[in-house]
Amino acid sequence: MFPFSFEWIWDGGHMIFHGGLWYALSIIGLGLTYCVIKAVIDSTKGGGDHHHH
Amino acid sequence: MIDSALIPEGVKRCPFWQFLLALAVTGAVLLWGVYAMLLCWFKGLYITGMNDNYGFALWIWADLAVIALGGGAFFTGLLNYVIGKHKLKNLINYAVLIGFICYSSALLILAIDVGQPLRNWFIFWHANVHSMLTEVAFCLSCYFGVLCVEYLPLALENRQVDRIPFFHHLSHNLHEIMAVFAATGAFLSFFHQGSLGGVAGVLFGRPFGYRTHIFIWPTTFFLFTWSAAACGPCFTIFITRLTEKITGKQLVKPDVIDLLAKIAGWMLTTYLIAKICDTIYWADYTAPSMGFNLAFFYTHNALYGYWILATEIGICGVLPAAILISRPLRQRPGLLFLAVTLASIGVCLNRWVMVLQVLAVPVMPFDSWALYMPTWPEVATTILPVAYGTIMVLISYRYLPIFPQEKELNPVDF
Repeated sequence: MFPFSFEWIWDGGHMIFHGGLWYALSIIGLGLTYCVIKAVIDSTKGGGDHHHH
Repeated sequence: MIDSALIPEGVKRCPFWQFLLALAVTGAVLLWGVYAMLLCWFKGLYITGMNDNYGFALWIWADLAVIALGGGAFFTGLLNYVIGKHKLKNLINYAVLIGFICYSSALLILAIDVGQPLRNWFIFWHANVHSMLTEVAFCLSCYFGVLCVEYLPLALENRQVDRIPFFHHLSHNLHEIMAVFAATGAFLSFFHQGSLGGVAGVLFGRPFGYRTHIFIWPTTFFLFTWSAAACGPCFTIFITRLTEKITGKQLVKPDVIDLLAKIAGWMLTTYLIAKICDTIYWADYTAPSMGFNLAFFYTHNALYGYWILATEIGICGVLPAAILISRPLRQRPGLLFLAVTLASIGVCLNRWVMVLQVLAVPVMPFDSWALYMPTWPEVATTILPVAYGTIMVLISYRYLPIFPQEKELNPVDF
């Protein structure tokens, strides 16, 4: 639900619940977007000998 | 072997026919569960054992149990990425896989129970912000997203996938910022584990479940999160040991298991102190203030006697906690396996009590104890996640480098 939905009320319940939801979704979305964009840039630059773990 | 190009380098796997046979056997169980699931969707909930007394039944117990058992993923992730217990990086992949299986199973069970899966989005769009179950739905879905992100780099590390530069870099980049996802996962887990406990604790019409509140949260909110953080890692160790027994290999060094077992032991010990205090306060004050005494809850029916309380807190609580916090005891493989098994059973028993015993206890003078018997479609759909999880483990173990120490612990001569 977004603030422009007809069911929306500007109260603590809606702001905390949906604020938390958007906050979590934003972190996941932004994190994934950052990784994908960086992977595209790294791939075009070449090289692939990173080691993780 | 036909699939040797997909198997991680430097490790040995069983013959392909053996792998296919295992897949076929578990696949048959999976299909049985899928058939029962389709029956529930097409025929409706009348084919289950649920009734006016039991709106929550076997599925919700299974849901709460797998969510608690899957707690090893968020807690191990928190310890590894945020608190800095980096030794656990050797177990984190498997913890994530187990968490992924548990949470996807929980969502699947919910989809069967709620029915109308095409309307799943209603809970996000027409959310009831006064419901703890809305919070559970939000956090559960988001945390499953986090688990997918945590599992993704592992899947991308498959030998053939890793050759593609984009996937190689994506996997590396995800590892780089995994602490952000792990912290988000811990935040989400804290709230949904807690809210699942909160559901029972706010039922003021059900004195067996109702608990005193701390601010807006009943004590069960904190106890559920705490028990998941304590018993989830125990389940991770249990499955790891089981995998080692089945494969006949040591997959993780003992010091890694020992560290997680020690932390789980102290979490379990502190949880039990809180749980015992909570039970005493509830038995001595909360329930009597609502007109009930402890004996009423445990002596008036054939199934729910004092034995269940003693088993949950004593045999499956105090005993494993005592083993896990004692270094000489937890370093004996048999005792460690016993302790993590009992702790895993204990948390499942706790969820059973907080879901089904709560509904069994009569609340009106003219009521009687309502006992419940699941039907075969409920049982089949509850076994379905076990088959699904086994298949996920079979495929992931065969084709992905889940255990970073496996190569070192099991050198292969080619």
